Amino acid sequence: MDTTIMIYLCFILVLSICLGFELIRKVPATLHTPLMSGSNAISGIVLVGAIIAAGMDATIISRSIAFCAVVFATINVVGGYLVTNRMLAMFKKKKVEGDR
Amino acid sequence: MEQNIVNLIYLGCAFCFIFGLKLLSSPATARRGNLISALGMLVAVVATIWDGDVISREFIVAGLIVGTAIGIPAALKVKMTSIPEMVALLNGSGGIASLFLGWSAYNANINISPILAFTVFLSVLIGGITFSGSFIAWGKLKGVNWLSDRPTLFKGQKIVNAILLASALILGALYCIAPALPISYYFFIAFALISLALGVLAVIPIGGADMPVVISLLNSYSGLAACAAGFVVNNMLLIVAGSLVGASGIILTTIMCKAMNRSLVNVLFSGFGSESAAVGTSSSQGEMKAMSAKDAYYILEAAESVVFVPGYGMAVAQAQHAVKELGEILEKNGVEVKYAVHPVAGRMPGHMNVLLAEANVPYDQLVEMEDINPSLPSTDVCIVIGANDTVNPDARNNEGSPIYGMPIVNVDYARTVFALKRGRGKGFAGIENPLFTNDNTRMLFGDAKATMNSLIAEFKDN
Repeated sequence: MDTTIMIYLCFILVLSICLGFELIRKVPATLHTPLMSGSNAISGIVLVGAIIAAGMDATIISRSIAFCAVVFATINVVGGYLVTNRMLAMFKKKKVEGDR
Repeated sequence: MEQNIVNLIYLGCAFCFIFGLKLLSSPATARRGNLISALGMLVAVVATIWDGDVISREFIVAGLIVGTAIGIPAALKVKMTSIPEMVALLNGSGGIASLFLGWSAYNANINISPILAFTVFLSVLIGGITFSGSFIAWGKLKGVNWLSDRPTLFKGQKIVNAILLASALILGALYCIAPALPISYYFFIAFALISLALGVLAVIPIGGADMPVVISLLNSYSGLAACAAGFVVNNMLLIVAGSLVGASGIILTTIMCKAMNRSLVNVLFSGFGSESAAVGTSSSQGEMKAMSAKDAYYILEAAESVVFVPGYGMAVAQAQHAVKELGEILEKNGVEVKYAVHPVAGRMPGHMNVLLAEANVPYDQLVEMEDINPSLPSTDVCIVIGANDTVNPDARNNEGSPIYGMPIVNVDYARTVFALKRGRGKGFAGIENPLFTNDNTRMLFGDAKATMNSLIAEFKDN
C-alpha cells in the first residue's frame, strides 16, 4: 500500500477518535448499556470489509475464510442493532396524569 | 458501480453513525438514533455488495443469511437480565470477524508490503484478543461451571503474559518483514493462536464485580479491531466507524474505573476480590437486626420519601418488576419514590437502568449517584436491593478497607435503611459492610423478589 494513502487513513483515524470522544462524553449514565450495545453493532462495520473479501477474485480457501467473517460480522450487526432497539423501546418518560 | 460513488455513499453512512450516536445522548431520541445508525449500516452493506470489485456474491449472500438467522432469534429471545452476556458474545463475534478478515486478505494475496502486513497483524491480534477475552467474560457472566467468576490467579501469571505478548510482537515483526515467504505463514498462524491465548489470560484474573470495566474495554477493542481491518482492506468507513466505537469504549472504561476509584491497571492485574477475607480492620461491630415484612410495612406506611437502591442482587433475583410494583403502590400513597443507580451497579455500565426500564420505571425517576446523594439525609427510607459495595460506608470512613475512596450512594445518611439480602454472608468481594449493622439499618433476609412480593402483599391486605 502506498504510504501516502496510509497517512491519509491515519488522518481520518485521529479525527474520528476525537469526534468519538466528544460524542460519547455527552451520553448520560442511564443510557450506558444501550450505548455499549449500539456502538458494538457499529463495530460490526467490519462486515463491509468481509463482504469485499468474500466477493473478490481469490481462491476458494480465502473466500471461505471471508465467509466466516461475514457470518460473525452479520451476527454482530443484526444482533447488536436489534437488542439495542429492544432496550431503547423500554425507556419511557413518566406519563402525565390523566393520560393513562 | 464506480468507486467514487461507493465512497460517497460511505460518507453518508459515516454521517448516519455519527448522527445516530449524537441522538443517543437523550433517552427521548435514542431509539431514533439507533435506527439511523442501523440504516447507515444497511446502506453500507448494500452499496458494498453492488460494488464493481465484488465479482461473485454466493459466499456473501450465504454468509449474510446464516448470520441473520443466528442474530435475530438471539437478540429477540435474550432476557434483559442477560444483556451483559449477550453484549460480550456480540463483541466476541465482531472480534473474530476482524481476525478472519485479516486472515482471508493475507491468504488471498501474500505478496503484500510490510506496512500492509503490519495492519493484517494488528487486525488479527486485536481481533483474537477481543474474541477469546469476550468469550471468557461471557462464561464468567453466565456462571458456567468450568469457570469461576472469581479471579483466577496462578504463580508467574504476569511473566507468562509478558512472554506471550513479547513473542506475539516478535513473530509479528518477523512476519511483517517478509510476508511472502512460506515461513511467514507459520509466523502468522503462531501469533494468531497467541492472540487467542492472550485474550483468555487477560480476562481470567478479573472478578465478576469488575466486569463493567472489562466489557467496556473489550467493546473498545472490537472497535479498534474493525479499525485495523479498515487499514487492511483500505476502507475509510471501517476506520471511521471503528474509531468511534474505540473512543466510546475507552470513555466508558474511564467512567467505570473512576466510579470504583481504581486505575485501569489495578482492575486488570490485581485480581481484586480473590482473597476471602478483607484486609484492614473493619469499623463494624454489632449485630444485624432482622425485621419482618409486617414491620417494614408500618415504616413504609408512614414514610414520605423512599429511595430504591438496586444492585446486582436485583438482577439475579429478577426482582425489577416487583420493585416497580411496590414503587407504584407507594406513589399512590403519596410517597415520593426515586431510584438511585450507582455507575458500577450490576455487571455492565447502565445495567440497572435497563432492568428498571424493562419494568416500566420512567427514566426521569432514575437518579444518578451524585444527584441523589445530597437529598439522602432528608429521605425517610432507603431500600437497598442486593447492593453491597456500592453502598458500603467503609469506602468513606475506613482507610483500611480495600474499597476506601470509592464513591458510594450514601444510604446510611437516610433515616431508615432496609437492606434486602439473601443471607448474612459477606458480599462478592468479601468485604465487611458496616451498613448492615448500623443502628438505622433493618435487614430483610431472603430472595429479593419474594421479599418485595411479601411487602406488596402487606400493602394489599391493609
